[in-house]
Amino acid sequence: MTDMAELALKSAVADRPVPDVSPWDRLKVNRDWLGLWFMLPTAAFLLLFLAYPLGLGVWLSFTDARIGRPGEFVGIENYEWLWDDSVFWLSVFNTLLYTGVASTFKFAIGLYLALLLNQHLPFKAIIRAVVLIPFIVPTVLSAIAFWWIFDSQFSIVSWSLRKLGLIASNIDFLGNIWNARWSVIFANIWRGVPFVAITLLAGLQTVSPSLYEAATIDGASRWQMFRYVTYPLLTPIIAVVMTFSVLFTFTDFQLIWVLTRGGPANATHLMATLGYQRAIGGGYLGEGSAIATAMIPFLLAAILISWFGLQRRKWQHGESND
Amino acid sequence: MTDALVPKVASPKAVLAAVTADHSEGMGYLETLPRRLVTLYLPLSLILLVLLFPFYWMALTAIKPDEQLLDLDRFNPFWTWTPTFKHIYKLLWETYYPSWLLNTMVVAIAATSLSIIASVLAAYAIVRLRYRGAQWVGAAIFLAYLIPPSILFIPLATVVFQYGLFDTPFALILTYPTILIPFSTWLLMGYFKTIPYELEECALIDGASRWQILVKIILPLAIPGLISAFIFCFTLCWNEFIYALTFISSTQYKTVPVAIVNEFVDGDIYRWGSLMAGALVGSLPLVILYALFVEHYVSAMTGAVKE
Repeated sequence: MTDMAELALKSAVADRPVPDVSPWDRLKVNRDWLGLWFMLPTAAFLLLFLAYPLGLGVWLSFTDARIGRPGEFVGIENYEWLWDDSVFWLSVFNTLLYTGVASTFKFAIGLYLALLLNQHLPFKAIIRAVVLIPFIVPTVLSAIAFWWIFDSQFSIVSWSLRKLGLIASNIDFLGNIWNARWSVIFANIWRGVPFVAITLLAGLQTVSPSLYEAATIDGASRWQMFRYVTYPLLTPIIAVVMTFSVLFTFTDFQLIWVLTRGGPANATHLMATLGYQRAIGGGYLGEGSAIATAMIPFLLAAILISWFGLQRRKWQHGESND
Repeated sequence: MTDALVPKVASPKAVLAAVTADHSEGMGYLETLPRRLVTLYLPLSLILLVLLFPFYWMALTAIKPDEQLLDLDRFNPFWTWTPTFKHIYKLLWETYYPSWLLNTMVVAIAATSLSIIASVLAAYAIVRLRYRGAQWVGAAIFLAYLIPPSILFIPLATVVFQYGLFDTPFALILTYPTILIPFSTWLLMGYFKTIPYELEECALIDGASRWQILVKIILPLAIPGLISAFIFCFTLCWNEFIYALTFISSTQYKTVPVAIVNEFVDGDIYRWGSLMAGALVGSLPLVILYALFVEHYVSAMTGAVKE
């Protein structure tokens, strides 16, 4: 092969001297030049519809823009306004509560479900496929089913509990402040558990069974096996899965919009829904952008935490950058 | 509802505590059936029941006659002996539902195709061309994946307006790729890395251009990865809500999720039947697609996380 190539090369060199390779020919095989063209569509989309709006959003938060009227720079007035706005702080509290509680439960139930599915089961593939259905069905559509389940008069849950004699009257799921909070959190957990469970299951399946055999021979209990074999090996994937889970819970919009639209008395307003209400509903683009921009520090914190989680893994395993 | 949750959460500890007392065995196949019943089948069926009940309820409501919907005491609420297709019929022939379905389908297919084309090129360039700064671009694309639509929709609404796309399907077709491209690029980068570089070297020696290599060697080998990316992106498009809610205002251009929330919610106390029928019919295409490509879907979801 190489002989042939060399031969071909030699004859080519003999026949045609160097100048025949034009700059254009060189450019055609230049990695950077080719890379530029290959990256062009992606770059166009991400710059026009992601990077530019992101910057524009931060800029809008410093203006008094309304719908149909370009704003003027007003400094940090929007933020000062929000600082004194009790509804905004309520939405921050709601968002943190929603994210904290829902993510914790999603992690606990998801990990538990993954451990269950990792055992020897009949019809394992079918069960695994079925588990993921809540994640496939569009959130809005399943949220509508929850809306019906949480109905104040005709809720099937209230009816069943009443028939069982556990409660005397119907539960007002979405009309009472704390009931509404727990109801939307429940619906969020319901939707998030399959994602956590199936991704963690994929992680569990990569753990070599020989480790468990070795641990069994050493006399480890089931809990010790989980704590000292499964959990450490699963940490990196847990970090990634939970980062995504926290990010998407924190910025949730659909579920709240369908179930409560932020009510009752703003008790379930998340920062995203409040931003929508102020910016699109009320027309105050500047203020809405300030709310959206205020979410960024929280998101950065979540990303950094997971990043350091991953770093620790690499350091523990003595891996170099991959 | 939250009360129903507590036993499930308490149970892992209970199960683990029960297991901790036992020091004799650890291998699954040595377990007795009664114990597996308590530690495995019972909690698993409980979780499955909670996960699937809303769908059962959705489907049941969609085919129940109106008078049975609201009278829980005279009729058994968990079953109906007189199913009716009235709600579904009404949905398909008396509302814009078919055109909403069509809109959603067109937007999802167009946005997904655009994204896959852009991602294939970008992923190939990052993984195989390795131009200067490629790994930084890869990291930037991953970061783009972490930017949620909830913080972008307000400025995007003004951008969409400036570009003259407001209230047209193009507003969605062109903005959805910002959600899809980062994801599918990462997925395909992982996939392309598994294709042996030697194949490409051989092709280069034979005088193939990069474009020929991509089209004739890499893509045919990456078909499973492409299917995974396609299915996952399609599902994401179908699920997207906030952009569709913000950028579209005419009834006939709406997508299914937005239309159901905005157009079906009137004061009518009997709306539940048609609402549930709408939700059911809107979910079915995705569930069928998912049933056909379960493995691809799961590998897309887990692949993106593992990267």
